[in-house]
Amino acid sequence: MSEAAIDADAAHEDDDHGHHDEPFLGHHFKDHDHQFNTGKLGIWLFLGQELLFFGGLFCAYAIYRGMHPEIFVEGHHFLDVNLGAINTCVLLFSSLTAAWSVRMAQLGNKKGLMLMIALTIACAFGFLGIKYIEYSHKFHEGILWGQLFAPSPEAMEHAMHGVEANSRLHIFFSIYFVMTGLHGIHVIGGIIAYAWLLKRAAAGHFGPNYYGPVDFIALYWHLVDLVWIFLFPLLYLIH
Amino acid sequence: MSAPAVDVGHADYLKHAKGILSWLYTLDHKRIGVMYLIVTSVSLLLGGAFALLVRAELFTAGPTIMEHDTYNRMFTLHGAVMVFLFIIPSIPAALGNFVLPIQLGVKDVAFPRLNLASFYIWVLGACFLMWSMYDSAIDTGWTFYTPYSSDNANAVSAAAMGVFILGFSSIFTGINFIATINKMRPKGMTFFKMPLLLWSLYATSLIQVLATPVLAITLLLLTLERTMGLGIFNPALGGDPVLFQHFFWFYSHPAVYIMVLPGMGVISELIATFSRKRIFGYSFIAFSSMAIAFLGFLVWGHHMFTSGQSKTASIIFSALTFTVAIPSAIKVFNWLATMKGGAIWLTTPMLYALSFIWLFSIGGLTGMFLGTLNVDVHLHDTYFVVAHFHYVMVGGTLMALFGGIYYWWPKIFGRMPNDKMGRLSALLTFIGFNVTFFPQFILGSRGMPRRYYSYLPEFQDLHQISTVGAFILGVGILVGFAGVVMSLKNGKKAPANPWGANSLEWYCSSPPPHENFKVQPEATDPYDFSGWKWDKRTEGYVRKASEA
Repeated sequence: MSEAAIDADAAHEDDDHGHHDEPFLGHHFKDHDHQFNTGKLGIWLFLGQELLFFGGLFCAYAIYRGMHPEIFVEGHHFLDVNLGAINTCVLLFSSLTAAWSVRMAQLGNKKGLMLMIALTIACAFGFLGIKYIEYSHKFHEGILWGQLFAPSPEAMEHAMHGVEANSRLHIFFSIYFVMTGLHGIHVIGGIIAYAWLLKRAAAGHFGPNYYGPVDFIALYWHLVDLVWIFLFPLLYLIH
Repeated sequence: MSAPAVDVGHADYLKHAKGILSWLYTLDHKRIGVMYLIVTSVSLLLGGAFALLVRAELFTAGPTIMEHDTYNRMFTLHGAVMVFLFIIPSIPAALGNFVLPIQLGVKDVAFPRLNLASFYIWVLGACFLMWSMYDSAIDTGWTFYTPYSSDNANAVSAAAMGVFILGFSSIFTGINFIATINKMRPKGMTFFKMPLLLWSLYATSLIQVLATPVLAITLLLLTLERTMGLGIFNPALGGDPVLFQHFFWFYSHPAVYIMVLPGMGVISELIATFSRKRIFGYSFIAFSSMAIAFLGFLVWGHHMFTSGQSKTASIIFSALTFTVAIPSAIKVFNWLATMKGGAIWLTTPMLYALSFIWLFSIGGLTGMFLGTLNVDVHLHDTYFVVAHFHYVMVGGTLMALFGGIYYWWPKIFGRMPNDKMGRLSALLTFIGFNVTFFPQFILGSRGMPRRYYSYLPEFQDLHQISTVGAFILGVGILVGFAGVVMSLKNGKKAPANPWGANSLEWYCSSPPPHENFKVQPEATDPYDFSGWKWDKRTEGYVRKASEA
């Protein structure tokens, strides 16, 4: 909801909020630079609050890992490191295309911009697709969060090799599902934002003077990527 | 530095566009501020009604007008409505939204659409909270402590999601204010030449952006705990209920500074204007706002001295809590020093400002008692705590809000509020407030626990005094609202500058034109009152001829 709303610069015809000769310059800004710099500060503040939003979860992770390190060691055996690694690569590549889209907008290259946005969206869908495979596999085997945690004997045997699992193992999966789920919702948010950008890019709104929204949404996308960069080792790569 | 010309003559923002849709779709910060003023005032009346029901019930021991279950719901709704719907958004989102851009001489906040979005997010959050009341009113207290909140059958999830949504409204307002102050100050206005209201709104916004998301994730986890059985907070599933308290207070302690800092900003403006004197110790007041915002993040554990957290943690939190007293006291001393030797003009806003200083001093000093580790173990969860935080939060926010409303009302609506009713209201709220809450200090120190619907016979007299005070306070608030609302019909037309203040909002007409200023003016010195003289004809202040 926020990326779209934070973009203060499109014309607001309804309230006489636009410069009459500059369709995408808000009436309360001096020029495009002023508007861009203000928007940039706004998106950084938004990313700051996102960090604290996820920070609560990372804090819960740290506390439970400190109190019950064994459930994290046991839990990671249930996760598929290969799929996680592929997803990491997919997101890293999408960060490249997101950064490239900003360059394309700065150069006024409409085709290139649309291509980069489309690639970013494709990667986001790819990520969600792989995540769907992981999730449905876990659902199928009863590897769920909290009180619903009831893994099938085969899944248990496969991960634990006959060793008795810790009685709090379900909390690892609560943390796993909340963190990856919330991250997934942010990926969906990114797809919506990029779909909106794609529409505006097709209408030829962006160019060397005006490319703020492309830049800001790319920053948001990098953050979504960065959160995953932390989630992957913290959840999948524990020894 | 030449003073900006008084800007009059354009269609004002109230008449700029007509029809209800022109309000609902508006991007104008002034109209959004007015809409916030309306909805937060309604919330105040609603929360106040719950408060009066609570106090009426406590008039006698045992059931007076309701049973204990209903009572538990009433105090929960009182707390939740007052904190989340009224106190947090009231001054920043209503008065701040209106005044901040004009004090900067700009046409709008940095992100007008985000501003409108934050208003509608507030409305959505309020709908969730209202729906939870209708469905089955929560009785967890406004703090939603686990494990009770994670396994009772009431609409805790709806209420928690309501507060979650309201949080984003608060975050977006904060983002908007920080970006506006950082990037849109007029020529000549460095940070240390801003009106102090802007410093306090800046500090408030930082807390809103940095603390509120932690509350958001906490309430999201609580909702998931209830709907999906996560087991992170619920001890029955191996979770840790005290972790919820840590998360909750990591937000909610800084949040008390979201409640009081904007009020302090308003008071700084009022004290300087009505003492006709340069504010004393400008940079100390400015830095103390930032210091309060910073220290506010380090003291949340003082809510949890009896929760079983480690002794070391409690001792450190207790010590850090005392440090907050330093910037708070700096402000009070600076206000007093500003008044010393000033030509004090006892207008309605000034009466509210003086009331604020009195109440905040009592509230702040009793906070020191509670920050003291061993004293707190005795006073924890008693009426002493209730009295303390009402002195700070109500004394802080309510008095500053009314002072601010009476101060800026002429600017907002172009009508002078009714002065007699304003003074009466200031008097009634001051008396009513003290009669309500001072006895509660005594009750608490004698062991009356909070949130009980009944009590021992020896507490009856003090409870009855407190209840009488609450109704006086209620009347005072109604008179206060009547004094401003009635002026819309028959109030005197307001001049551009009724108070002789020198920040930029007094340079545009009352009410301001749609665009505030055609061209961004240069900064003025907000605490130099020498350039204005009283004009009998308009009954307001005009620039002295020598400077025109």
